[in-house]
Amino acid sequence: MVMQTVNSPDRGLTTAPIQYLEFEQPLSRIENDIALLKVEKEETGRDLTAEIAQQESRYQARLKRLYQHLTPWETVLVARHPQRPLITDHINHLVSDFCELSGDRTFGDDRAMVTGFGRIGGHKIMIVGHNKGKDTPGRVACNFGCAHPEGYRKALLKMKLAEKFKLPIVCMIDTQGAFPGVGSEERGISHAIAVNMMEMSRLRTPIVCVVIGEGGSGGALGIGVGDRVAVMEHGFYSVISAEGCAAILWKTHEQKSRAAEALKFTAKHLKKLDLIDDIIAEPVGGAHRDPVQASANLEKYLINTLRELKRPRIETVLRRRYERFRNIASFFDAPSDVAQKPKPRNPKRTPATTRIANGGGGRNVKDPATPSKDAAS
Amino acid sequence: MVERREIPAGVWDSCDACGHMVYHKEVAENLHTCPECGHHQRVNARTRIDMLVDPGSFEEKDADLSPVDPLKFKDRIPYNERLKAAQDKTGERDAVVSGRAFIRGRKVALAVMNSDFIMASMGSVVGEKITRAIERATDEDLPLIVVTASGGARMQEGMVSLMQMAKTSAALAKMDDAGGLYIVVATDPTTAGVAASFASLGDFILAEPGAMIGFAGPRVIANTIKQELPEGFQTAEFMKEHGFVDRIVKRQDLRRELARLIDYCGK
Ligand SMILES: [Zn+2]
Repeated sequence: MVMQTVNSPDRGLTTAPIQYLEFEQPLSRIENDIALLKVEKEETGRDLTAEIAQQESRYQARLKRLYQHLTPWETVLVARHPQRPLITDHINHLVSDFCELSGDRTFGDDRAMVTGFGRIGGHKIMIVGHNKGKDTPGRVACNFGCAHPEGYRKALLKMKLAEKFKLPIVCMIDTQGAFPGVGSEERGISHAIAVNMMEMSRLRTPIVCVVIGEGGSGGALGIGVGDRVAVMEHGFYSVISAEGCAAILWKTHEQKSRAAEALKFTAKHLKKLDLIDDIIAEPVGGAHRDPVQASANLEKYLINTLRELKRPRIETVLRRRYERFRNIASFFDAPSDVAQKPKPRNPKRTPATTRIANGGGGRNVKDPATPSKDAAS
Repeated sequence: MVERREIPAGVWDSCDACGHMVYHKEVAENLHTCPECGHHQRVNARTRIDMLVDPGSFEEKDADLSPVDPLKFKDRIPYNERLKAAQDKTGERDAVVSGRAFIRGRKVALAVMNSDFIMASMGSVVGEKITRAIERATDEDLPLIVVTASGGARMQEGMVSLMQMAKTSAALAKMDDAGGLYIVVATDPTTAGVAASFASLGDFILAEPGAMIGFAGPRVIANTIKQELPEGFQTAEFMKEHGFVDRIVKRQDLRRELARLIDYCGK
């Protein structure tokens, strides 16, 4: 696990007014207390420096504690925070000479997907990622980061350019999912996502994918096949939204926080399940409290990872990329005599080969007691 | 395929599509399509294989793979109990049956999804069996036929299930590089994570008449756009109209059509 921090002084809670999330109400109260103390100090001339400092350290301690123990649902709220840095912020902060490239050459230019050349550290790269948009008109223009087929096709076209001119690719994932709409279906959203995954698995250039906020199912995976998959500390990556899962399995949206628990989609869970390679640390209180710092952590991760991926031959990179996804599995391989009975009452499963979810390189857990059936068949 | 037990209630049935009372035996003899309107009923994987392959030619592979519960997932009902109920109901371990077979004398690798099993959602076993079928077809240079039907990824397996989309797609890239032939037969319903992975990546995509094929659920879309969905939205015919299906093939013609494509591709 790569946990990175870079010091950035003078960027604290005072730089921009933070929109508090519901679970942050205790912080909002302390902040009010601090503001009142400051007014009092101003108006009465009393020296309240010590009191203010005390409240401020109380605030910081509370903030740290809150964010160390975010529940999965709170993580969703942080990942979707309206002030959370977007791909455009990260590009501004960490990419020099960004050269945006538009269009899928077939239908149009989907602004929910940003693509272009840029430089980071010593690397020339192709950047591809979802854009949720900043203010209300921007968000509408970007469909809130939900891309249409033309967005995925634009992404693939630019990634193929990168392959042609031997530039590594950085994908920044931040979407609730692909756009659910009539046009999206008419223009083949399923096809666009499927083709992207297939092609990304064999693009002859290194690919680093980072979930910078929300990783929403197929819409995320459509630019999510790479040599490394990382998630920012308070981001998440899920097969379905907590709300959607609650609606289907619990028959009510009210159970979204329970669904969020059950889906195990936080960075920590995914790392533990070996489904992602790395977690990129965020500033205390989340990326939105210090976007520049968040970008700096991301930058350091990208520079190191790109350097690592440029070292081996591309054939080696491709083989490892394939194995990375090929080995993600979790099942029992048990003898067939218990399988084919018409109505197995209590199918006793003897684990022969248990493949566990795997991110790194084919770690299979074999039970030595029972020989693998695989060898025989 | 003939119903043996002559229970009066089971003899006649009303067609889901046209409402006509139809004679059970006649529907079965008609490959589970309505003799009145031609509506294609959903069929389970074993029935499908019986209808599709040369008699007695199916050789099942990877039958031993069984699902586990990687997340210890629990909603109102624990995932393990859902699995057990589906296994008891279907007699299958999970939602896909795969192996080798002959179709009109042509040897193929085959995988058939089973919508009776948790809506043929794709968990790890489905992803693994599809991937192994792809690898088998690639290694043995056999045409691969996948009969798809699925409600999408199996959310109880969380991200392990989502990643099966990437895994199967990557395996298909290898098969494509090796010059393999891959034919998709999309049946009702082919949606979400399966639609957005191996069901969209065939060299040829055939679909059964009237099959629902799409990515997002129609209710989700209606809620997003806040208007009625167009007539025939997300059907096989709609997908063909928009360029994502090669041919709509009636069940009665499927064997012939598959053999024809295999011959054209010289496999
Ligand atoms: Zn009918």
